Amino acid sequence: MVEVSNKMTVMPGLRKIYGRPQSLKDVRTHYCPGCGHGIIHRLLCEVIDELDIQGRTIGVSPVGCSVFAFDYINIDFADSLHGRAPAVATGIKRSQPDKIVFTYQGDGDLAAIGLAEIVHAAVRSEKITTIFVNNANYGMTGGQMAPTTLIGQKTTTTPFGRDHRECGYPLRIAELLATVEGVVYLCREAVDTSARVIQAKKSIKTAFERQMAGDGFSLVEILSPCPSGWGMPPIKAREWLRENMMPQYKLGKFKDTREG
Amino acid sequence: MQREVIIAGFGGQGVLLIGQLIAYSGMLEGKAVTWLPSYGPEIRGGTCHVIVIVSDRRIGSPYVTQPAAIIVMNRPSLDKFEDRLNSGGILLINSSLTDRLPERKDIRVIAIPATDLAHKLGNSRVANLVMLGGYLGATEVVGLPTMLQALQEVFPEDKHHLLPLNKKALEVGMSYLTEP
Amino acid sequence: MAAIMAGCRKYFAYPITPQNEIPEYMAAHMPEVGGVFLQAESELAAINMVYGAAAAGERAMTSTSGPGYSLMLEGISGIARAELPVVLVLVMRGGPGIGSLENAQLDYFSATKGGGHGGYRNIVLAASSVQELFDLTQLAFELADYYRVLVMLLVDGILGQIMEPIEIMPFSNGKTRSLPAKTWALTGTGRQRPQNIISTMLMREDETYQWHQRMAVKYQKIQAEEVRYDSYCLEDARIAVVAYGMTSRVAETAIDECREQGLPVGLIRPISLFPFPYQFISQYTHRIEGFLVTEVSMGQMVEDVRLAVNGRSEVSFVGRGGGLLSHQEITRGIRELWLKLATK
Ligand SMILES: Cc1ncc(C[n+]2csc(CCOP(=O)(O)OP(=O)(O)O)c2C)c(N)n1
Ligand code: SF4
Ligand SMILES: [Mg+2]
Repeated sequence: MVEVSNKMTVMPGLRKIYGRPQSLKDVRTHYCPGCGHGIIHRLLCEVIDELDIQGRTIGVSPVGCSVFAFDYINIDFADSLHGRAPAVATGIKRSQPDKIVFTYQGDGDLAAIGLAEIVHAAVRSEKITTIFVNNANYGMTGGQMAPTTLIGQKTTTTPFGRDHRECGYPLRIAELLATVEGVVYLCREAVDTSARVIQAKKSIKTAFERQMAGDGFSLVEILSPCPSGWGMPPIKAREWLRENMMPQYKLGKFKDTREG
Repeated sequence: MQREVIIAGFGGQGVLLIGQLIAYSGMLEGKAVTWLPSYGPEIRGGTCHVIVIVSDRRIGSPYVTQPAAIIVMNRPSLDKFEDRLNSGGILLINSSLTDRLPERKDIRVIAIPATDLAHKLGNSRVANLVMLGGYLGATEVVGLPTMLQALQEVFPEDKHHLLPLNKKALEVGMSYLTEP
Repeated sequence: MAAIMAGCRKYFAYPITPQNEIPEYMAAHMPEVGGVFLQAESELAAINMVYGAAAAGERAMTSTSGPGYSLMLEGISGIARAELPVVLVLVMRGGPGIGSLENAQLDYFSATKGGGHGGYRNIVLAASSVQELFDLTQLAFELADYYRVLVMLLVDGILGQIMEPIEIMPFSNGKTRSLPAKTWALTGTGRQRPQNIISTMLMREDETYQWHQRMAVKYQKIQAEEVRYDSYCLEDARIAVVAYGMTSRVAETAIDECREQGLPVGLIRPISLFPFPYQFISQYTHRIEGFLVTEVSMGQMVEDVRLAVNGRSEVSFVGRGGGLLSHQEITRGIRELWLKLATK
C-alpha cells in the first residue's frame, strides 16, 4: 500500500479532497503489496470517522495476518486466540453495552476453527458487527487450504489442488448464516475495483448503524485478494478474485431484517 | 576445522538458497554441516539471515554469535551484523546495495558490486550467486567442482535451464577477487 | 518422513507455525503410500480424528505448537484414559497465549507433568539433532503400540527449522520387541468376537481406582525400562551441565571451550523427559559437585534435576525465556558455578 501522509500541507487555492482518516494511524503497513486487508482497514476507519465513534468503538482482532489491526486502527482493541473473537466480543459488549464492538476475522479464523463461536454469536443475536475477510486461504501461516478455498485451488496443503472427495467443498459463510434468525444484516462485498470498494464501505457503515440502533448481529463478508498466498502479482490477483471467487461467492445482500 | 558464516539480506534475495548450497556442498565433501535460518516476526519484508556451519567434526551449537565470515546483501544487514563478526574475520559486502563501508579496522572487507555484476549478466537476481562466488574464492570452504554439483542437485529439474547463468555468476564472483 | 517409514498412515493436523513443514510434507507424500493426510478444521478436531484412527487400530499422529497444543489437551487426556497408541509432535514456541514464534523450551512442565486433567502420563522424548528426531519418531510409534500410550516428541523451535544431513535408515534400537496385536481395536466384530469398546469414561463403580492402579503399574514399567539419556565428557567431570534438545548442543560447545581452559565439565542429556533419568543423575552426586541446568525457559527441568540430586550437590541454572541461548552464556554459568564450588 502506498503511504499516504496527512502531514502533507495543502497548497493555498487547492482543496483537500482525499486524505488519511483520522482513526487510521500514520504508519507503514506490514501487509504484502496488493493485500486487501489494508483497504478494508481504511474503509473501517472512514466509517468510524463518519459515524464519529472513534472514542467509543472497541475492536477484536483475530489470529491471522490482521492480528496487528490495532497497529493501524487507533481505537481500543483486544486480540483473541484463534477463532474466539466473537466470544471475546460478546464478553466486551455484555460488559460495555453502550460501546460499538466489532470483530475482524479471516476465513481460517472464522470459518474453520472459530465456526462454533461465530454461529453462536449470530444465534444469540449479539449486538456486535463482524468484518469477515475471505481470501480463500490461510495467509499468515503460508498459504494453506482454508474452508473457503476453491475446488482445484492449489495451496501448500493441497499441492494437487483442492479435491472435494478429500477436503470437501468451499464453505459459503454468508449463505450459511443467512439461515440463522438472530442475524439482522448480512452481505457479501469485494474490494477488487473502486466501485466495489465504495459499495463495501456502504455495507460496513450500515452494519455498524444496525448495531448502534440495537438491532442485533451484523456481518459483512469481504472477498479480498491475497497475492502472496495465491502466488501471483497484485493485478493478477484481482483478476483471479473476479474470475474464480465471484462465481462461487455471489456478492450482494443476504439478509436485512429492516427490509422484511 | 570449523567454518561458520552468517548470510543476511532482504527476503527474496536468495540468502537462504546460497546458505543451502554451502551446506549441501559441505555434505557432499563428507563434512558435518548445519543450516539454521532466522524465522519469526521477520517473515514479511525486513531482513532475513541464515547461519551455516561446515566442520570436520561433529557440530555442537548451530548458533554462532561471532562467526568468522559474514555475507551481507544490503545495508540493513550490514548495520545489523557488522559488530558480530569475529576479529580477523571476513566481511563480504554487496556494494551495489550498501552506501557505506564498515568502520571496523580489525576485519578483512571484500566489497563486490554483486547486483551490478549480476545485472550485466542479464539477471540481477543472481547477485546472491556472485556473492557466493566471492565467498568461495576468499575462503575455499568447499571446492568449486563440489559447488557446481550442489547447484545441479539443489535446483529442481524445472529450474535447470537457469544453471548456466548461475554458474556464470559464481565464476564472476570468484574472479572478481583476483581481477576486480 | 520417519513417521511414514514407521508405518504411520493417518495424519491429522491444523496449520500452525513453526511446524507447517510437517503437514505440507504429509499432504504431498501420504497419497504415495496410500495413507491419509487430512487438514482438520481445528486442533480440537485434529486430536479427536487421531483418537478415532488410533481406536480403529491405525498408527496415527498429529503435530502442533503452543496454542494448538492447549486446545488438544482435552483430547490428549481422553487418549490417555482410553490408552490409545498415538504419536504427537509438539514444536515449542515462545510464551503463553498466542505468544511468539521464538525458539523456546517452555512446554516441559505441561508435557511431562500431565498438562490436561486427570493424572495421566505420556512418554516424552526430546531429540538434539535432525537425525535423532528421525530415529526417535520411529521409536515413538513402537513405544506407543507397545505400551498403549501417547508418545510425545518435544521439539525445540530451532530443531524444527534447522537442516542437517541425515542417514535415512529404518530405526533399530537393538531390541526387537514383539508388539501386541491390537485385539482391542474397533474393526467391527464380524460376529466373530464380543464387542470392543474404546472409552474415556470411568463411571462404573470403582473404575477410577482400578484404572489408576493399573496405570501406576504401567507407568512404573515405563520408568524402569524406557529411560534414555546421553552424556559427553562425563568420565572425569566434577561439574555436569544438564540440558535437553538443541540446548544440549549449545552446551557441548560451551563444554569444549571450558575443557580447553582445564575445567573438568561434562554433559548429561536426558532424551526421555518422562521417564526422567533421576537414577542416572543421582548416581553421580558423589563425584559431581555441581550441576548446571540450562534451558530456554526460566527453569522447568531444573526442578527434576533438583529432585534427582536431592541436596547432595550444588544445582544452578542458566536460562532465558525465549530466543537462542549462546554457548557464551552457558560458559559463564559454568565458570560461576566452578568459582562458587571452589570458595565453598
Ligand atoms: C490454536 C491455533 N492454531 C493455529 C494457529 C496458527 N495460525 C495462525 S494464523 C492462522 C490462519 C489464519 O488464516 P485466516 O484466518 O484465513 O487469516 P489470513 O491470514 O488469511 O488473513 C493459523 C492457522 C494459532 N495461532 N492458534
Ligand atoms: S499473506 Fe495474504 S493476507 Fe497476509 S498480508 Fe500477505 S497478501 Fe495479505
Ligand atoms: Mg484467510
